Amino acid sequence: MTTWCLRALLSHWWRNPVQLFAYLAGLALATALWSGVQAINSEARASYDAAAKTLGEGQYDLLIPKQGNRIPQDVYVLLRKSGWLVSPVIDARINDVRLFGIDLVTSATGLPNLAKEPSGITYDTLLANEETALKVAMLANVTVDTSIAPGIAIGDIGLVQRMLKRDDLTHLILLPNQPITQPSLSMIAPNLRVQSAHTVTNVAQLTSSFHLNLTAFGLLSFAVGLFIVNSTIGLAFEQRRGMIRTIRSLGVPMRTLISLITLEMMTLAVIGAGFGIALGYFIAAFLLPDVAATLKGLYGAQISGTLELRASWWLSGMILALIGTALALSSRIWQIIQMPLLASANPRAWVIATGSRFRLQLIIAITLLFSTVPLALILEGLLAGFILLGCLLVGAALALPPLLGGILTVVQKYTVAPVWVWFWADTRQQLPGLSLALIALLLAVAANIGVSTMVSSFRQTFIEFLDQRLAPELFVEVETANQSAALEIFLMNRQIEVLPLLTTQVVIADLPVDLYGIRVGQTYRNNWIFLDNTLNAWDIIESGKAVVVNEQFARRADLWVGNLVQVNRDLILPIAGVVGDYGNPQGQVIITERTFKDLYPNLYASKFGVRTQDASFLRTQIVNTLGIKNNAIINQVGIKALSLEVFERTFVVTSALNVLTLGVASFAILMSLLTLADLRVPQLAPVWALGLTRRRLAWLELLRAVLLAGIVFVCAIPMGLALAWILLTIINVEAFGWQLPMYLFPLKYLELGGYALIAAFLAAMWPAVRLMRTPPSTLLRVFASER
Amino acid sequence: MVLRLEGVKKSFRNSEELVPVLQGVSFDLEAGHTLALRGESGSGKSTLLHIAGALEAADAGRVWVSGKELSQLDDGARAQLRRTDIALVFQQFNLIPSLTVAANIAFQSALSGTPDLGHIKQIVSSLGLLEQMQKYPEALSGGQQQRVAIARAIAAKPKLMLADEPTGNLDEATAENVLDQMLKLVAQTGTALMIVTHSKNIAARMNRQLHLCNGFLV
Repeated sequence: MTTWCLRALLSHWWRNPVQLFAYLAGLALATALWSGVQAINSEARASYDAAAKTLGEGQYDLLIPKQGNRIPQDVYVLLRKSGWLVSPVIDARINDVRLFGIDLVTSATGLPNLAKEPSGITYDTLLANEETALKVAMLANVTVDTSIAPGIAIGDIGLVQRMLKRDDLTHLILLPNQPITQPSLSMIAPNLRVQSAHTVTNVAQLTSSFHLNLTAFGLLSFAVGLFIVNSTIGLAFEQRRGMIRTIRSLGVPMRTLISLITLEMMTLAVIGAGFGIALGYFIAAFLLPDVAATLKGLYGAQISGTLELRASWWLSGMILALIGTALALSSRIWQIIQMPLLASANPRAWVIATGSRFRLQLIIAITLLFSTVPLALILEGLLAGFILLGCLLVGAALALPPLLGGILTVVQKYTVAPVWVWFWADTRQQLPGLSLALIALLLAVAANIGVSTMVSSFRQTFIEFLDQRLAPELFVEVETANQSAALEIFLMNRQIEVLPLLTTQVVIADLPVDLYGIRVGQTYRNNWIFLDNTLNAWDIIESGKAVVVNEQFARRADLWVGNLVQVNRDLILPIAGVVGDYGNPQGQVIITERTFKDLYPNLYASKFGVRTQDASFLRTQIVNTLGIKNNAIINQVGIKALSLEVFERTFVVTSALNVLTLGVASFAILMSLLTLADLRVPQLAPVWALGLTRRRLAWLELLRAVLLAGIVFVCAIPMGLALAWILLTIINVEAFGWQLPMYLFPLKYLELGGYALIAAFLAAMWPAVRLMRTPPSTLLRVFASER
Repeated sequence: MVLRLEGVKKSFRNSEELVPVLQGVSFDLEAGHTLALRGESGSGKSTLLHIAGALEAADAGRVWVSGKELSQLDDGARAQLRRTDIALVFQQFNLIPSLTVAANIAFQSALSGTPDLGHIKQIVSSLGLLEQMQKYPEALSGGQQQRVAIARAIAAKPKLMLADEPTGNLDEATAENVLDQMLKLVAQTGTALMIVTHSKNIAARMNRQLHLCNGFLV
């Protein structure tokens, strides 16, 4: 019995290959985008974990220089002799690889948490993973070790120093269990300070918001894919109502039938999800280089360029696909259980059945949409932002079909020509069958509008921000205190405006912060625009009685204009201004040069902004006169180009996901139209018999798809803008630490609308051509009651 | 006794009021006997057929098929009874559109065990369906589809065959042929046959005729 029953069920797919394809493709697309994004996320997280284990970052306290990033080797020797248990490290970049030199003797005994046993390293060999090994193979012997984090090569400190032609160190690791009787650090090494492990910014934490954004996109695509699945399952059940009645009346028990249908659908779901996972792997491999570039540019995080098939992501994709299918299936199974054995076997007006849910849908939609306002006022945090987004998207999605129904009713009411009256009525009748595909299109277009508004607003703000911040024509970085003093004198003697920048890392309000000392002058006054400030802010700051903080610091510490900041043990100053600082993950506190020097008399300005009319001439003079290296001087154009490149790469992934989502939506329309095509014959046959040619009917089908897409696009605009507002004012603030102004880009939206119409037109082409070629005999069967 | 009905009642709810369709119907049908059930449209003929076929439950009264009282059987047992003892021929054919004619004919007999291929071949041949075996139902005319439905019922070698207007879609000659086949089966296998029909000619060929009027047998 089981075999024959299963044979009958499966024969439906054999006879309806397009429906089978829609089902498998829907599942594959849903799983592909979700698992692709998860693959990227898990690859990145594995890289962060490997880096943390390889380098011990965030696990040990460090001794770092107060100024610059070099520690003379004799300071290390002095510390060891005086009883400090420290292990030296040199850390530098070469060929885009982070070269990490450790001392095999001291780290072997004192650093048990390092993943790599130092005994695995020899004195003349580097360890690196396969990809990184290729980049440093020309410089030293390399042993491939897959456990080493991507982009990192680790070796004995002597070897690394020789490779870098350096004899100093970058930092010292403070080993656990220090002796109690050691002399104080300020006596032995006054230029060093302790950096506590817990103040080191964790890359995984820093990038979590970025990965959450990716996950949200993956989830959106997954939802769109499941719309296709749900729609296909619904149609397959409707078309098989007759078969189910027959099978039951011929003696197959309900329980057997339900078990077999579940087995059938879930087996197909596994196959579809399997295709999706394979597709997801390719999507992830395609996007990974851009994601890697984004993470490196935005957060300085290095991730592997090659993708591994990790159970964590493919299993999550498979499980989600099965859960989604099971949910879609359960309502249909419930219908079968409820359905009397002798219920009409004619394909129950699928449309009518769905249509009866419109009222309930509308009530839920209105409730969800209205709840977004109080939710926006009450809730806080990233999760709250996503809940808000969920309410908006689901509410709008549910509201769309009844809204479209209302619009079509009104249009039909004011139409006189009989063909058009039929056209509108027929469109209304088709609506429930198409609604899931139209919802998918709405979500895709709204997401595109929302995300492109956010990205474009970000770009516009960022470019304006770069113009403000990069006012100096040249930026010079010096290596020593002597160079610093000489450069300043050199420039001042030539009456050139110079903007020294003193910097050190400190902890303020329990947050790791870059503390800057600046020389307040016309450049700052004219170009730096405050997000919020007191009256005469620059005057107060110049007098040393207040500080400027960046938005990231203000938000994380919740300290704003007028609040006090404990800059140092003895210095508390109010905040006079908050500045936007887009693209920087770190908090900043800015004081005057004078105050900075009072606090840190041993530190000197290592960076300078220089105002000049002739940048290239001055550059040559500085190099020739002061011996500062040419590559230590960067012009404004170079920095801007670099910053913009980082920016553009940052959103490559977002754009790619946008295009994919729109593609999935148009695919949903195609599949809905194709699967509806057979059900449409009884509706079209009478109109054909009354004198409308098949060609004209096909054109009307095309027009219908484009018109519906047009209405959906109009509905998507306010929804997309609301989405952009939530992204800019809630999600971005939580994710990146800064708020962006929202700009509108009508031309971009129109372009997007054009794409949506083209997508709908293309999706409707195939079903229209099929209709045009439908033989008259097929249409005539409707009248012969032989269907 | 293959089929026995005793005081069977059935009503349907129409908006607010309860409409009685069967108001205490009783009759028997023995193995190898045939019975025609006649009546006006809406008189409850099909409902009676469905109750006898274990497809629908009576509100009151008792129904026995092959000695089993239907109200005492659960869904699984009723399904098994339909599979092994009952064959139904519906007005709307109820073929499985995605299976070929051959698979459709073998379907019910395959559900209850191994189909008797020799028997099926004989039925197919006598119903003139040999050339249609690999076609799908959509490619057949209404009459051909009804012959397939009848072939499926006969192939299952049931103890009770219930047919709802089985020849309504057939031309006169084919209808005669189909009826001959059904009566031949009854004669050969002792199957009990109940046919719902409007046709006086068909009814006249049955052993007994019952007329259903306003829910009562007259």
